[in-house]
Amino acid sequence: MSHNERSMIPIGPYHPLQEEPEFYRLIVEGEKVVDIDVRIGYNHRGIEKLSEAKTFDQSIFIVERICGICSSSHPIACVQAVEDIAGIEVPERALYIRSIVQELERLHSHLLWVGLAGHFLGYNTVFMWSWKYREPVCDIMETVTGNRQHYAMMKVSGVRRDIEPEHVSYILKRLDELLPKIDMLKGAVLDDPVLHARLKGVGVLTKEEAINYSALGPTSRASGIPYDVRRDHPYAAYGRVKFNVITQEEGDVFAKAVVRILEMYESISIIRQCLDKMPKGPIDAKVKDVPPGEGIGHVEAPRGECFHYVRSDGANSPVRHKVRAPTYMNFPTFKATVIGQTVSDATIILAAIDPCYCCTERLAVVRPDDPNKTVMSAEDLIRLSQEKTMKIKNKMGIVC
Amino acid sequence: MTAHELIENLRSKFGASVKDIFEKSKKRLYVTIEPNDITGFAHFLFRDMGCRFNIATAVDSFDCFEILYHFSRDDSGIVITIRAKLKDKNDPHIDSITPIIKGAEWIEREMHELFGIEFDGHPNMKPLLLADDWPEGVYPLRKDFVPEQRDDRG
Repeated sequence: MSHNERSMIPIGPYHPLQEEPEFYRLIVEGEKVVDIDVRIGYNHRGIEKLSEAKTFDQSIFIVERICGICSSSHPIACVQAVEDIAGIEVPERALYIRSIVQELERLHSHLLWVGLAGHFLGYNTVFMWSWKYREPVCDIMETVTGNRQHYAMMKVSGVRRDIEPEHVSYILKRLDELLPKIDMLKGAVLDDPVLHARLKGVGVLTKEEAINYSALGPTSRASGIPYDVRRDHPYAAYGRVKFNVITQEEGDVFAKAVVRILEMYESISIIRQCLDKMPKGPIDAKVKDVPPGEGIGHVEAPRGECFHYVRSDGANSPVRHKVRAPTYMNFPTFKATVIGQTVSDATIILAAIDPCYCCTERLAVVRPDDPNKTVMSAEDLIRLSQEKTMKIKNKMGIVC
Repeated sequence: MTAHELIENLRSKFGASVKDIFEKSKKRLYVTIEPNDITGFAHFLFRDMGCRFNIATAVDSFDCFEILYHFSRDDSGIVITIRAKLKDKNDPHIDSITPIIKGAEWIEREMHELFGIEFDGHPNMKPLLLADDWPEGVYPLRKDFVPEQRDDRG
């Protein structure tokens, strides 16, 4: 292929291994990506429409199923929106439980991402470790909520299950065990000269572009924007605990990894503080009716702000329920980060915002002027990415 | 910046273009404006006031389509919602804010597909969500949508 020739690489859209399948078209000149187009909607389930046909209590369970990974973020945003309409005061203890569940979710989600990123880069040991140490977090979830995913913990005015005293010591013990493992992962990623060479300066999202695209969560924090719903719009128990908002200035893939890894320490610290400070008392309040009106709830999901708008006309179901997940705002930043980079870096750049890239099962290279299409698989894309890491290792004289 | 200062800024900049201000709580503001003024408000909030664009919501009300543009001031925890009412339900259109806020590109495309609202001046009005064979002129989030309409697909 000559270097001036433009080709289109469609990636996707089928096989929703994790979350949503998406369809990218990378326009490339040789190895260099010159344009990108994204098409979503392959997993469009009409949840906003469905929610209009459900009662306020039922719609919490519907939004919980938007995503298996953020399955406490959507329900919390949703119940907050309804509580905003009705002006409901949530009991203290329930607020603490909401924060605990949400931080556990952030822990398991970030561990999941570190593993996937490791896999894309050919660091399969990191992948195995990371997912292994994610297990205790899911175990804690199962103990506290009854479920490893889809916790079904939230309700308007509070939470559905209490955290029992015997669970507290169990959670603390598992977190104590987890901490050295995260130290190890942190060392494996942040002190590795190969990863520095591989990820620094790759897929840079500048601060200006992050603002223009209204990027969220670790994606924007890695570009030097210290925005975090937990601190800026305190909800649940976040106004009652101390934590740092982790930021980096560089905006590259490495910075996004640093933000996520350091955030895990903050999550553990928040859970410990919540368990320590959590007062005794009821876990929900009585709710009579939801009056006519409109409400907004937003939370800091692992990937960024999750935003819900709910309107009520006084009946028992919402007239309109708008859901905006964080990836919806982070996705379009690809236009700013992928262009000018090579195809072998595209995988990790697209993965760096933490979408569900595993959806990307199928990949074909199509030359517009060539009727004999070459079809590649997603494994080929990951292989390209892993080969680049190997090349860097060889250059550095590291034998694997 | 407090909610009060934000309101004062809006009033002094736009005067009579601000039709109504509803302070639901200290952290939630709803400002109704004339649809024609949307780009001015978006520019002022996003560029001059340093607000972040959260998202926009379209609502099919009885006598109009409402478009709610949610912005937030992250230093004071305020969410300010700009409400534009499009009275002509047969031909709803409003100026696109995508030229000012890149992050609005997708949501305007989404509202175009799901509600049939035209965004004048949108730079990239291509399909985003619905299937390629979705019938034209059928908007699933409108209140008069009946699921059977989907089956008209050829």
